[in-house]
Amino acid sequence: MLGEFDLEIPDSMEEALEMLATADAPAPLAGGTNMLVDMRAGAMRPERVVSLARLGGMRWIEERDSRIAIGGGTTVSDLLRDKRIAVHGASLVEAARVFAGQMVRNTATVAGNVAYGSPAADLVPPLMVLDAEVTLMSKADTRTVPLADYFTGYKQTVRKPDELIAGIAWPKRRPGMADLFYKLARRKGDAITMTGVAVALSLERGKCAGVRIALGAVAPTVVRACKAEAMLEGQAPEAARIEEAARQAAQECEPIDDVRGSADYRRHTVHMLVRRLVGQAIERLR
Amino acid sequence: MAREKPITLEINGRRETATVPSHRTLLEVLRGMGHVEVKSGCEKGDCGACAVLVDGAAVDSCLTLAWTVEGRAITTVSGLGDADSPHPLQQAFADSGAAQCGYCTPGLIVAAQSLLSANPDPDEDDIRLALSGNLCRCTGYTKVFEAVEQAAGAMRARGGES
Repeated sequence: MLGEFDLEIPDSMEEALEMLATADAPAPLAGGTNMLVDMRAGAMRPERVVSLARLGGMRWIEERDSRIAIGGGTTVSDLLRDKRIAVHGASLVEAARVFAGQMVRNTATVAGNVAYGSPAADLVPPLMVLDAEVTLMSKADTRTVPLADYFTGYKQTVRKPDELIAGIAWPKRRPGMADLFYKLARRKGDAITMTGVAVALSLERGKCAGVRIALGAVAPTVVRACKAEAMLEGQAPEAARIEEAARQAAQECEPIDDVRGSADYRRHTVHMLVRRLVGQAIERLR
Repeated sequence: MAREKPITLEINGRRETATVPSHRTLLEVLRGMGHVEVKSGCEKGDCGACAVLVDGAAVDSCLTLAWTVEGRAITTVSGLGDADSPHPLQQAFADSGAAQCGYCTPGLIVAAQSLLSANPDPDEDDIRLALSGNLCRCTGYTKVFEAVEQAAGAMRARGGES
């Protein structure tokens, strides 16, 4: 059973931000599929909760010139039903498909998955390789933060207590670009990720360009393997070079031993998955 | 601030009112009102035994605060059909032996209905994906997938109603 708390259910973003702008900083609750579990386990004991379940006008997907944008209330299931996301966020769709189970996908929001700051959040590696930006809104201010700078530590983010994620946006797919995601876990659905890897790159005149590699569940936050990316950038995608970059990616994570896998095994899987996904991206583009 | 208030829920087409504390889940409220066809399993969104439809989409009622679904249409497995007039999914589950102990069955049928209302002609991959949040610990899933395919066929033949 959940502990007691005050619960407010605003109808609009303005009303919600007003409630969050008070000194006692109530906890915003989106889909609740993480937070209610933590509250039931006693890991979180908020006195005041502001439910975002009934905010009007926050659940949308839009094409804006060169970008795709989604609202803070957009659910994981919404991603699976939208043709524009299928085109401009193929890796994100792959992650959404293996995200928990249907009931959780119908409730959980993309913004909530980002906001919770779990290193195993499956939507984050794809959003990171897509160069997503997060728009944070408070009563007083609106600011946009690159997702790559959003996480500051294990379940720590740049979001201030009075801010909500209003939207997330990323550039449309460039011609000749491929993005992929792979979740390694005990089974495809309803499982916490042991290692998650997302890769995005383009081929320009036979050379790799815009290389992005993001690693999930192998560090306190989702991380970019920036040195591995640099080893591939501007280079012809030869097998030896991909192998070298995959090895480097495995050095850029800081995995731990836990019930899902040992640190050594996680490092090994980063090496294997980066090599495989970069290879698949190249194959897809040829 | 009041931590308890009367709320009205629309359950299987009937409006029911109860005084409910803010921290009560929809699962607890439904069972408290006598809707014990909604099962309590893991209480953390893994097993799907507590699935109900809210405005046609399946959600885990254990992860839904009751206050947040006031005025929404809530459907439990009993709202889909009964022994005299079973829903095609209920009929197909019975016909193909897709239930053993039956504890997961209400959630499975609700999750399958949520799938079929959005996608009347799912392939096996779609069915597996839609049921990945429902755990069965006795019969396994083969018969369940068969039952959903069978029901989908029956519903398409009937012209997609219900």
